[in-house]
Amino acid sequence: MPQKSIRQALNEALAQEMRRDPRIVVIGEDVSGGAGTEGQRDAYGGVLGVTKGLIGEFGEARVIDTPITESAIMGAAAGAAVTGLRPVAELMFSDFLGVCFDQIFNQAAKFRYMFGGKAKTPLVIRTMIGAGRSAAAQHSQSPYHIFTSVPGLKCVVPSNAYDAKGLLIQAIRDDDPVVFCEHKLMYDLRAEVPDEPYAIPFGEANIVRDGDDVTVVALARMVHYAGEAAEALEKDGIEIDLIDPRTTSPLDEDTILESVERTGRLVIVDEATPRCSVATDIAALVADKAFAALKAPIRRVTAPHTPVPFAPGLEKLYIPSPEKIAAAVREVYGYAR
Amino acid sequence: MTGIAAITMPKWGLTMTEGKILGWLKEPGAAIGPGDELLEIETSKITNVMEAGESGVLRRIVAAEGATLPVGALIAVVAPADVPESEIDAFVAGFEIAAPAEDEAAAGAAPAPREIQAGGRRLRVLELGEGGTPVVLIHGFGADLNTWMFTQPVLAERRRTIAFDLPGHGGSDKALAGADAGAFAAVVGDLFDALGLERACLVGHSLGGAVALAFARARPQRVAGLVLIAAAGLGPEIDGAFIDGFVAAQRRREAQEVLRRLVHDPQLVSRAMVEDVLRYKRLDGVGPALEAIAAAWFPGGRQAVALDPAGLAMPVLLIWGREDRIVPAAHAEALAGRLPVAILDGAGHLPHMEKSGEVNRLLARFLDGAPPPSQ
Repeated sequence: MPQKSIRQALNEALAQEMRRDPRIVVIGEDVSGGAGTEGQRDAYGGVLGVTKGLIGEFGEARVIDTPITESAIMGAAAGAAVTGLRPVAELMFSDFLGVCFDQIFNQAAKFRYMFGGKAKTPLVIRTMIGAGRSAAAQHSQSPYHIFTSVPGLKCVVPSNAYDAKGLLIQAIRDDDPVVFCEHKLMYDLRAEVPDEPYAIPFGEANIVRDGDDVTVVALARMVHYAGEAAEALEKDGIEIDLIDPRTTSPLDEDTILESVERTGRLVIVDEATPRCSVATDIAALVADKAFAALKAPIRRVTAPHTPVPFAPGLEKLYIPSPEKIAAAVREVYGYAR
Repeated sequence: MTGIAAITMPKWGLTMTEGKILGWLKEPGAAIGPGDELLEIETSKITNVMEAGESGVLRRIVAAEGATLPVGALIAVVAPADVPESEIDAFVAGFEIAAPAEDEAAAGAAPAPREIQAGGRRLRVLELGEGGTPVVLIHGFGADLNTWMFTQPVLAERRRTIAFDLPGHGGSDKALAGADAGAFAAVVGDLFDALGLERACLVGHSLGGAVALAFARARPQRVAGLVLIAAAGLGPEIDGAFIDGFVAAQRRREAQEVLRRLVHDPQLVSRAMVEDVLRYKRLDGVGPALEAIAAAWFPGGRQAVALDPAGLAMPVLLIWGREDRIVPAAHAEALAGRLPVAILDGAGHLPHMEKSGEVNRLLARFLDGAPPPSQ
């Protein structure tokens, strides 16, 4: 099976879905891929390279470049969704959600409810998350917990190219607004991806590794760091059950709870800040519904409650590392009352 | 160090790179012979029993239970009883893993499935081996050519083998021209034509067995021999709950429960096997294809396709697992007076995976033209 990067997988998902359904449009800043570049219309495929080739195949009516105004992008996309199109809108950096949050939080997320279930809002918001590029505090955050906390929004946080394609196709086919979070350091990560279209259902976690000693729940880039930690831990005879929820809303509670009921130990790894986060939410879930199974305190390995530092050395310390994950697993594994 | 032989981690299927030792079935010091069950190995797909290839004494177990080792790694040493321990030690110390992947890369011919056009549709095909009467392997409902991972490499040591994905399955086109036995038999004919096969032996499992039988009845001159493994089409009973559950399953847990009905020992169904099935089922077009096949073949939890395997000109062999919960072994037992039938203990609906050693020996005898073992 062909190996594809996350960037290629997302591009393929967009192109295949746009071929299938003429109501699908792409809207955002520079999504036509290098507007203004002399002599070339599609030089870059957008700032992320994900929309490359779409303007050539589908034209300007379906690949819509906008001014630099996130409120207009999200407002136009939400209105288009509720009136019959199926927009895929790009919020280049999730850090910019503040300037368009009304359109997402109080409009798109509420339409179905406010209109008595008669309105559908098939809107996808693709957005970049993640630290690690020294992009500083305003371009490095992972605020998927904010989207997760909003009733009416679904939130996807893929960790590999296979999931990225199948979850983006599912997001596009979904009749509710979906925020699709892409980690900016993972676009070149490759995996086996079928050429054919496929949809992965929301709310179904992926079990990355099987183990009976400690349950580790990790998201996005942290899935790979937890995998590195697992390799080191395996040498010491500690086997982790590594769970990637893939979607934070809906959340596959059953897979997490069943695993903890077996292992009795839980470590949650989340690149976001810890207050009111997905990691904290999952810790509460397990304390609430699997307390009797726990043999050790729940440990969260997260960023600290600070802005993301610009200085590379500090940023490296800010992001959870395989070493920190392994240390947390060892701690709960060796815990004795 | 004459007479010292290495037992190494086998390579089952194209994607296997390592295996985990689940448990040894023989103790050090035991005398072993070809076909004796040595140990259980878990791959990323399924757990299988490894059998001894030669005779000797199991002198040294190198890989302990729980160890995960790459393909080709030394797991045990077989030698005559009179070989001194020091020579065994030296053999273990001096053992180096052969690097088959690099050899294949150097030869530029690592076996991989390819896509062909046959009868106006895309079929995924895996060809292994050469010479002899070709053998075409036809998988069952919802499966793909990987069902033959323990079968095809062994058969291919002495003949050309061709495994392929039926329409609606694996890497072949998902759209069906028709879902009934005649439509699928026509696909087999298209495959023969596309590959230039004049005549071949057919080995079919479950629905693939019925497809093979339908083709053999329609085009007997092109079929040199017919092996039906837990085949559909030989009686009205079928586990309708399995069919419905397989078609409906979208989630890991649902798929796992359904797949466990396939095998005698539910522990054989690994998480990776479940994941592979889900990945297949998520592909666009698979749902409608499976629904169409289920409606044509198994309406109302009964088999609608009835084919008579007796009276064919070519040799026929039936292989079944005694514990088959999907298609009962009684379908084969009813034919035992007229056709050679092998019913294997300790196997469910996947005898070619659950008892691969026994099935491979039965297939080898059959394909060599030897009379089947008496029951």
